[in-house]
Amino acid sequence: MNILVCISRVPDTATRILVGPDGKTIDTQGIKYVISPYDEYGIEEGLRLKEKNGGTVTAVTVGSEGSTDILRTALAMCVDKAVLIKADTHKDSYFVAKNLAEYAKEINPDIIFMGRQSVDYDSLQMPSMVSEFLGIPSVSVVSKLTIADGKATAERDVEGGKEIVEASLPCIISCQKGLNEPRYPKLPDIMKAKSKPIETREAIQTDEKVTVLGMSIPLKQRAGRILGDGDGDIDELVRLLHEEAKII
Amino acid sequence: MAYNAIDYYNIEELLSDEEKLIMYSVREFVENEVLPIIGEHYLKGTFPSELIPKMSGLGLLGITIPPEYGGAGASYTGYGLAMMELERGDSAIRSFASVQNSLVMYPIYTYGTEGQKNKWLPKLASGEAIGCFGLTEPDYGSNPSGMLTNAKKIDGGYLLNGAKMWITNGTIADIAVVWAKFDGVITGFLVEKGTKGFTAPEMKGKLSLRASVTSELIFQDCEIPEENLIDIKGLKGPLSCLTQARYGISWGAVGAAMAVYDSSVQYAKSRIQFNKPIASFQLIQEKLVWMLNEITKAQLVAYRLGRLKDEGKDRFQQTSLAKRNNVDIALTACRIAREIHGANGILYEYHIMRHAANLESVKTYEGTDDIHTLILGEDITGIPAFE
Ligand SMILES: Cc1cc2nc3c(=O)[nH]c(=O)nc-3n(C[C@H](O)[C@H](O)[C@H](O)COP(=O)(O)OP(=O)(O)OC[C@H]3O[C@@H](n4cnc5c(N)ncnc54)[C@H](O)[C@@H]3O)c2cc1C
Ligand SMILES: Cc1cc2nc3c(=O)[nH]c(=O)nc-3n(C[C@H](O)[C@H](O)[C@H](O)COP(=O)(O)OP(=O)(O)OC[C@H]3O[C@@H](n4cnc5c(N)ncnc54)[C@H](O)[C@@H]3O)c2cc1C
Repeated sequence: MNILVCISRVPDTATRILVGPDGKTIDTQGIKYVISPYDEYGIEEGLRLKEKNGGTVTAVTVGSEGSTDILRTALAMCVDKAVLIKADTHKDSYFVAKNLAEYAKEINPDIIFMGRQSVDYDSLQMPSMVSEFLGIPSVSVVSKLTIADGKATAERDVEGGKEIVEASLPCIISCQKGLNEPRYPKLPDIMKAKSKPIETREAIQTDEKVTVLGMSIPLKQRAGRILGDGDGDIDELVRLLHEEAKII
Repeated sequence: MAYNAIDYYNIEELLSDEEKLIMYSVREFVENEVLPIIGEHYLKGTFPSELIPKMSGLGLLGITIPPEYGGAGASYTGYGLAMMELERGDSAIRSFASVQNSLVMYPIYTYGTEGQKNKWLPKLASGEAIGCFGLTEPDYGSNPSGMLTNAKKIDGGYLLNGAKMWITNGTIADIAVVWAKFDGVITGFLVEKGTKGFTAPEMKGKLSLRASVTSELIFQDCEIPEENLIDIKGLKGPLSCLTQARYGISWGAVGAAMAVYDSSVQYAKSRIQFNKPIASFQLIQEKLVWMLNEITKAQLVAYRLGRLKDEGKDRFQQTSLAKRNNVDIALTACRIAREIHGANGILYEYHIMRHAANLESVKTYEGTDDIHTLILGEDITGIPAFE
């Protein structure tokens, strides 16, 4: 099987994010980047499919020159090929999707894995856009996958339960937690990855469809509120949780 | 709360991509595989042997050994980082890895014949074989050159007699690297499990390194075949192995210190006394600052020593300084962390007492703090003060 995994380079979830001086981008100073956690499920699923059926797993990312670090991680997890589509300045989801789709057309994969969302900008647009460009089905938020007879059978998380769907290959699968347990890169593979090539190519430019106007950090957390211990206070607590906090 | 591995001087920026990946990979391994089970093993006094296949699978056995012998072929800095992460879990796990890597695979790789390397290194890397290192004797600890264990030449091999004590992994080992006097000169022998006259009973009653196997090795007219002699003569054989292991310990101790520091910061911020988080008191802040200060220096010492080793420019005295300093500050950090955690500090859930008790062994083995002081004293003055 020819397997493509799209991986996004995101700030480590433990990093404290600050807005940069332009008020539109994040301050990248001292940020540690990782593979977006949902994309690790994609890599793992791709590797397992390959181990079962043979073939190749290619990891691709659209990003700056520095993005080779996540491609090295993917190589250390034992993907066969790593590709960097180079893009430096601020880009929108359309641009990234167009580039991923063009690359996919070139290598013609049997299946494409993505994360359910990239945990940095969380636009959640990529699987749909790429599937539209390629004219192939896309199944999102998949937590269990079986491939047989040219078809993908996927279990999807839906509100309060599961849905089981079938799609013909090639298709796009966006991965959800629970799909698998991603492997740790092994030390010998980490060392071998060092000498594996990373293919670098120039991005295709597109017009900006969505423009970022500004970015801001949420205001300081609201102070806690202490209620009394009467029956009325319990009603008030329920009301606040329902109407203000909107969590019940 | 997620572990925040303190790196105040951004040493990570100085690491290669591979070294960073090794650090993260082992960190995640410890988080998911070691920390959930280690407390129970510690209480029961059992070694978590279920971790052996996982550690070998990750490539933690034979980290600096070249791939042709089954190793990972990583740098010494990479090896050190792996030890740092393992000891964040428990000193017993790091000790297991230190022995296998530095005290067993290193001498076989460095001094062994091609036959010995091919026979043992791949098995030791895959975890199919476990090794141990027998130098210390009941009456000879800091002064190993006085050892009584001895070998005599017989037809086709050697006859080994004597006893070793305090030997990590002894009872579970398939192969023991044993140091004995042959014609009055310290010589290494590979003693295979099951050899007639060789037994390795486990020592009981430890209140430190409880999740590690510690054993006696007893040799009674134990016949060693000719091909199991290790080709290195004199005390420099075992000492060169110890230098490797001590280097790993200097990183490992930093990992334990980082663990108790992180726990202390989180605890101090969340524990309320006198209507405030205890972190708001100057006395607590001073304790946190002491830890941060000493951990940062220890990290820089370990990192620089790693680079010197990678360039082949290190001196063994530099390893003595690193082992001596880093274990000492780690132990003090544990005591401070224990105070910050109040009564909770003595519970096994908080890991502090376990690290503290473990580090008491670490301070003694691989050259006691005193012995490293004497090594450095001699290096400064040119005057040995051992006797
Ligand atoms: C060089 C560069 C600079 C950017 N700068 C900004 C910025 O300043 N402000 C801003 O708001 N956004 C920025 N973006 C983000 C961009 O606008 C998209 O939001 C981002 O690429 C992810 O798209 P998405 O959020 O729709 O992905 P989602 O739909 O949330 O992600 C789903 C999956 O798509 C795949 N995917 C997503 N992104 C990539 C990628 N880059 N390469 C490969 N696969 C990917 C992954 O599998 C991911 O899990 C930048 C992107 C790039 C490449
Ligand atoms: C858990 C554990 C695991 C171990 N694993 C191994 C192993 O795998 N293989 C192995 O070979 N050994 C192992 N050891 C043994 C360890 O290396 C020795 O315990 C150590 O070398 C100290 O020897 P000793 O205990 O006999 O102390 P001693 O040498 O008797 O020292 C007692 C005290 O006297 C001090 N002292 C000794 N000489 C001097 C001097 N000249 N000047 C000043 N002070 C001095 C010491 O610093 C110490 O404080 C292990 C020990 C422990 C606790």
